[in-house]
Amino acid sequence: MKRKKRIATVSLAGCFGCHMSLLDMDEHILELMELAEFDRSPLTDFKTFSRRCDIGVIEGGCCNEENVHTLQEFRKHCDVLVAVGQCAIMGGLPVMRNAIMHSEDPLRECLEEAYSSSAKVYNPSNQIPNDAALPLLLDKVYTCAEVVKIDYQIPGCPPTGEVLWATLAALIKGEPAPQEYHMIKYD
Amino acid sequence: MSTEFEFSVDGETIVAKPGQTIMDACDDAGVYIPRLCDVEGLVPQGSCRVCTVKVNGRTAAACTQPAEPGVTVENDTPQVQGYRRDLVRMLFHEGNHLCPICEASGRCELQAMAYRLGISQDSLYPYLQPVRPVDASHPDIALDTNRCILCGRCIRASRDVDGKNIFEYVGRGIHKRIGVNAENLAASDASIDDYAMSLEVCPVGCIIRKREGFFAPIGQRQFDNKPIGWEIEARHKNRIAVHQIDPSEEQS
Repeated sequence: MKRKKRIATVSLAGCFGCHMSLLDMDEHILELMELAEFDRSPLTDFKTFSRRCDIGVIEGGCCNEENVHTLQEFRKHCDVLVAVGQCAIMGGLPVMRNAIMHSEDPLRECLEEAYSSSAKVYNPSNQIPNDAALPLLLDKVYTCAEVVKIDYQIPGCPPTGEVLWATLAALIKGEPAPQEYHMIKYD
Repeated sequence: MSTEFEFSVDGETIVAKPGQTIMDACDDAGVYIPRLCDVEGLVPQGSCRVCTVKVNGRTAAACTQPAEPGVTVENDTPQVQGYRRDLVRMLFHEGNHLCPICEASGRCELQAMAYRLGISQDSLYPYLQPVRPVDASHPDIALDTNRCILCGRCIRASRDVDGKNIFEYVGRGIHKRIGVNAENLAASDASIDDYAMSLEVCPVGCIIRKREGFFAPIGQRQFDNKPIGWEIEARHKNRIAVHQIDPSEEQS
């Protein structure tokens, strides 16, 4: 009997919408469970890789050092890496902090707005959280392809469950991911 | 008296009238040449170069290149489509194009062109993520220059149709942007009724008509079901289906 393919998934700087879409493939999820098993994933709650995986599914880009470390771990442990959703591909909404703050130092302005300068914030110490346990924020949000080699990208915010199923089903069979016209949507 | 003449596009004979550009003749014949800065009714300016074709082996902008008898034009070839794919990609990388939050999504010609050209893979270009202003001073109109692709359609519409000259290019090179002929849009004589502010003119979500966003639901938007250029290709008497580029070409 052929062994099941192993799939790992993770949400970096994402909203888990792409994972919701993964669950939205309806009855195909039963077929998927016949063909594959999930290793490290929020769906299994495994925090580390137990074995090498065939397919890694990445949601979200990199906004802190933990995201970069996780993404590099995925590259190291997965044969094929699939970036899913606009956040992983183009940065998505988190990338707005790179430029749309209209500031020369957008990260600082973003943190100050969140923790001190905004009228709605009560913060007598006026400190921005800097505990050692918190992952260090990067200077800007990076797309997955800017950090590691990505094999396939599925755009969309989020891509539909059918598109995710079609892609995973093809990759499990060892075929290239289908990229038909109706499957490419940026929103 | 003018006489029609013929030239070939991808081996197909196209009949043109004197004075027509390659794009005009191809449009009439139902052969779609992708374009962003050109739109029917405005003077072509050949700035976006998405309509690049090869004429007798040399690249030219089809929207400004006059059709000539006997020339050989390459339009739908892997090399020419590759040029266009790179050009459209660079437009995405040069501005801040956040499709999920853009109210032009689904009717955006830049996005539709990316779909048509099958752009789904990552590229080696860096995202420049420039810091660009938003002018929301006008009561009915806003300008989000993060999405501007400098096609100049608003400039030509305001100058040639409205006779107002509200927009103009400002700056050079990577700092080039669209400026208004006043301190801001509210101080200009821009009106929501101007042709330059209509939905047909701005191909992206740069010119925003306030209180009108997201008027069409997902699934019923302009390019949700039919690719950009389908109405031109539908004129082709022998074509059964609208041609779409195979995105798998992109992976090679």
